[in-house]
Amino acid sequence: MNARFVQRFAAHAAVTMLFTGLVWLAASRVDYEWNWAGVWEYREMFLKGWLATVLISVSALVGSGVIGVVGAVCLQSRNLLLEAVVRVYVELIRGTPLLVQLLIGFYLVATAVGLENRYVAGVVILSLFSGAYMVEIFRGGLAAIPRGQHDAAAAIGLSRWQAFWLVILPQAARIVLPPVAGQLASLIKDSSLLSVIAISEFTLAAQEVNSFTYSSLESYLPLAVGYLMLTLPLSWTAGVLERRFHYES
Amino acid sequence: MRLVLENVRQQFASPGKDHGSVEVLKGCALTTGDIQSLVLIGPSGGGKSTLLRILAGLDVPTGGQVSFDGTPLPRDPAGRLAWRRRVGTVFQAYNLFPHLTALENLLLPLVHVHKLSRSDALERVFEPLTRFGLAAHANKRPGQLSGGQKQRIAILRALVVEPSILFLDEPTSALDPEMTAEVLEMIRELRDQGRQLVLVTHQMHFAKRVADEIAFVADGQIEAHGPVAAFFENPATPRLAHFLETVLA
Ligand SMILES: Nc1ncnc2c1ncn2[C@@H]1O[C@H](COP(=O)(O)OP(=O)(O)O)[C@@H](O)[C@H]1O
Ligand SMILES: [Mg+2]
Repeated sequence: MNARFVQRFAAHAAVTMLFTGLVWLAASRVDYEWNWAGVWEYREMFLKGWLATVLISVSALVGSGVIGVVGAVCLQSRNLLLEAVVRVYVELIRGTPLLVQLLIGFYLVATAVGLENRYVAGVVILSLFSGAYMVEIFRGGLAAIPRGQHDAAAAIGLSRWQAFWLVILPQAARIVLPPVAGQLASLIKDSSLLSVIAISEFTLAAQEVNSFTYSSLESYLPLAVGYLMLTLPLSWTAGVLERRFHYES
Repeated sequence: MRLVLENVRQQFASPGKDHGSVEVLKGCALTTGDIQSLVLIGPSGGGKSTLLRILAGLDVPTGGQVSFDGTPLPRDPAGRLAWRRRVGTVFQAYNLFPHLTALENLLLPLVHVHKLSRSDALERVFEPLTRFGLAAHANKRPGQLSGGQKQRIAILRALVVEPSILFLDEPTSALDPEMTAEVLEMIRELRDQGRQLVLVTHQMHFAKRVADEIAFVADGQIEAHGPVAAFFENPATPRLAHFLETVLA
């Protein structure tokens, strides 16, 4: 373990403690009657909600990743119809709030097509939402691969599919890793909006606990911690992968 | 090989917004004897790379016909892929795959295009790696190799599949003199082993040594062509005379 690593760890710990201290200071100034025992009663609700959030996020993560890659490939395909479909999709999604998409998607579209499982509907809508951003990220990643790489792949006789899979995608993956990690963290947090269509995920669980106990801070502080437990490992993993995939280009 | 070009034309969409096009090859015509190596020379921007890309099956000309040994080059994607699998191409900028080690760069076409088992492929690349003094660098990524090493690996990548013809586009133009020497030495060795070559180069002395015939490409046309001795002694056009004066000075 080198000195630089220790120093960085110490710096992070100090800043984290400073922020925690500030929150504690704020809490102590508002003259607040803490009631952790009341909230502890509902720990199982928290756990269930958190697990639902994990499951929904992981599903939507896979969904939006697939949409992102396929959409970006469509944009490169020089097929005017495919390109138009993807462009319109991306602009519609990025131009409207997720809340609106959830309400329209669930109460109008899902009902119209007979999709009754609200969890499935929620995951689909969330995947479509996050997928629009993924398309843009992957499009940028694919566009960053120099023409010479396509030439070399063709010259050695790879088929178009092989060239994409063996040469282009691995290089693009390295480029898009940091923005994708950021987008996934957003996705996890955005899943909290699924509470508006009555999906019992983490945020809805906290809201319910709050309505039972009237202890809002005790309900919402664990909520923040629970989301951090998902997003922090994500950014650590992204950092590790980034270092592992690093090569001079 | 016996190469015949008939009225070969290549147009590209012009870079401006006017939807016009520029004609880069303006009717190239050439009939070689039954030769082992052809060298293309000419001023930069004259169309050498454009022509070589057509010969290598990377681009389709907008007009005219190319044939090797009496067989026309295919124009359909499947036919061109089959052609690219039979020949090898080396680029000025190496175009090695930066995410793979030198060794993996060599294995890729053997395993994925020519369907050798990994152990057979390893056996195939071992001897040439050693012979060209590259075995010690096999596990390095391109970013860790010198320019000369990169270009020699790139030549090997084209060569390990036993191509019937090797196309090389200014393989030493990005290299300093010492590395140029090591790459030229390698190409000379290939020539002496009987490998068929089509080579674009500005190294006139080298061209004289390896070429059976030389063609002068200028302003999108084959302005002069012939066996080496006559070609240099009696330049066919004033432009060729002037070009030779400049590059040999
Ligand atoms: N894909 C392309 N689109 C438009 N113009 C091109 C393209 N490729 C080459 N050119 C143009 O064609 C001309 C000949 O280029 P090139 O074949 O690379 O010449 P050389 O290899 O002899 O230097 C240049 O003016 C170049 O700008
Ligand atoms: Mg060129």
